[in-house]
Amino acid sequence: MDTDKLRLEGVTRVFRERRRTLDVLTPIDLTVAQGEFVTIIGPSGCGKSTLFNIIAGVDEPSAGRVAIDGDATTRRAGKSGYMPQQPLLLPWRTVEENVLLGLDVRHVPRKQALEQARELLKRFGLAEFAHNYPGTLSGGMRQRVALLRTVLFNASFLLLDEPFGALDALTRLSLQNWLLDLWQALHASVLFITHDVREAILLSERIYVLSARPAHILRVAEVDLPRPRLQEHLAWEQAIGLERELVALLMKEQGI
Amino acid sequence: MRIAAQPEYAGSASLRRIAGYGPAIVLLVTLVLLWELAVRASQISPRLLPSPFSIVQALFDNWDVISGHTLQTLLETVIGLGIATLLGLTLAVLLDLSPWIRRAVYPLLVISQTIPIIALAPLLVIWFGYDLAPKVIVVTLYCFFPIAVACADGLLGTDTDLLRLMQSMRASRWQILWLVRLPGAMPSFFSGLRIAATYSVTGAIVGEYVAAYRGLGLYMEEAAHSFAVVLVFAAVLVTAVLSLLLFGFVSLLERIALPWYQGAQR
Repeated sequence: MDTDKLRLEGVTRVFRERRRTLDVLTPIDLTVAQGEFVTIIGPSGCGKSTLFNIIAGVDEPSAGRVAIDGDATTRRAGKSGYMPQQPLLLPWRTVEENVLLGLDVRHVPRKQALEQARELLKRFGLAEFAHNYPGTLSGGMRQRVALLRTVLFNASFLLLDEPFGALDALTRLSLQNWLLDLWQALHASVLFITHDVREAILLSERIYVLSARPAHILRVAEVDLPRPRLQEHLAWEQAIGLERELVALLMKEQGI
Repeated sequence: MRIAAQPEYAGSASLRRIAGYGPAIVLLVTLVLLWELAVRASQISPRLLPSPFSIVQALFDNWDVISGHTLQTLLETVIGLGIATLLGLTLAVLLDLSPWIRRAVYPLLVISQTIPIIALAPLLVIWFGYDLAPKVIVVTLYCFFPIAVACADGLLGTDTDLLRLMQSMRASRWQILWLVRLPGAMPSFFSGLRIAATYSVTGAIVGEYVAAYRGLGLYMEEAAHSFAVVLVFAAVLVTAVLSLLLFGFVSLLERIALPWYQGAQR
């Protein structure tokens, strides 16, 4: 029963354009256990998003094995809740209608879908915006709505691709706390991409550091901090030590 | 924690919208006044160039005749525009099915627009008679193209990240079209429809000019043949008002159909 949520074994991806080939991923091994929060950090353009596309079932690896819940043979699309960098809310749908988009794809009857969306919005403090159009929301709110859309589609396995990258520092802090609450409430397995070392330490159990392209795993760091996580934990000695180490590693890799 | 949504200034937005037409109204009134003055001051015969005032006068005097022709033209226009809308949408979706279809069909659509419709109209009369059909066909030919092109471009403009998101949800091709791409193309569709609406009345009149029992085109032609210049102008005035009304109607439809778009336009 105790299979990993996600297991990557020797996953590679080569892009071929005319006669040139571009290695984006060299063999990558990575696991996310059930209910675990795992983060990937790496220099910009190193292929993190390509890796996500593969896991989400939008792209195929050139070699290697991708198993979700131990199953490597059936189609992966639909088995994870994938949230891209941009919130990509549909401007013609209200917040609640955006949140239930995934249920529309699954042909869930509208009444039932609305019920679920409203309950989720209420549970995570967005009920008062249910009838707003995304155009009237701030960047942070849009990102919350996008996250709830992801959750309603698949709450057990979330793929979050730099969801807070475009937000200002304060909004980012409050969203990090909000995400931690959400993760704890849902017992979800999360694979999270970020550029931000502190964010990675705050959120995750385990951090994979990727190299510059072609990406391979430079280091796997376990985060030795208690749950539930608080921003204060970042001031603890082991957190500061890990941050210093990872920043040095990334700066070397980025070639600064 | 509370994050306030931006308040919507719906009331002042519609005021601003009306105020936006101010310069156009001022210019129009100025031009009409200049025309009136020029006709009165000069020795031009009112039979050749009637003054704006006399045109409006003639329109009221002949309204019982002109109104019947107007209704006929309006009927042809609305039916033609309706068919053009359906045809345009269908073509846009068809063009979108595959790059191959697009490459094959798009040039044909462009060629269809190079045909001088005024030359085609007599043939349509030969084939379909004096009734509604040839006028409706002319209107449709004028109108489907801007709708199809605008809508096809709108469909093509869907964010690739959004498509990837839908694929990750395992959405079928038709679900992606129906849930994401078509609604996203609606603003483009409506700008095409607005252009088409302005063309449409002219289309009906071209059709009537060639052969008709009734309609503003026929009325204009008969007025011109009997040198009743003022009546030609009166019919032109009605045509302009009809086109503006249709344009306004489409804009209204857009506001109702796409309430979300008003905010995004800012």
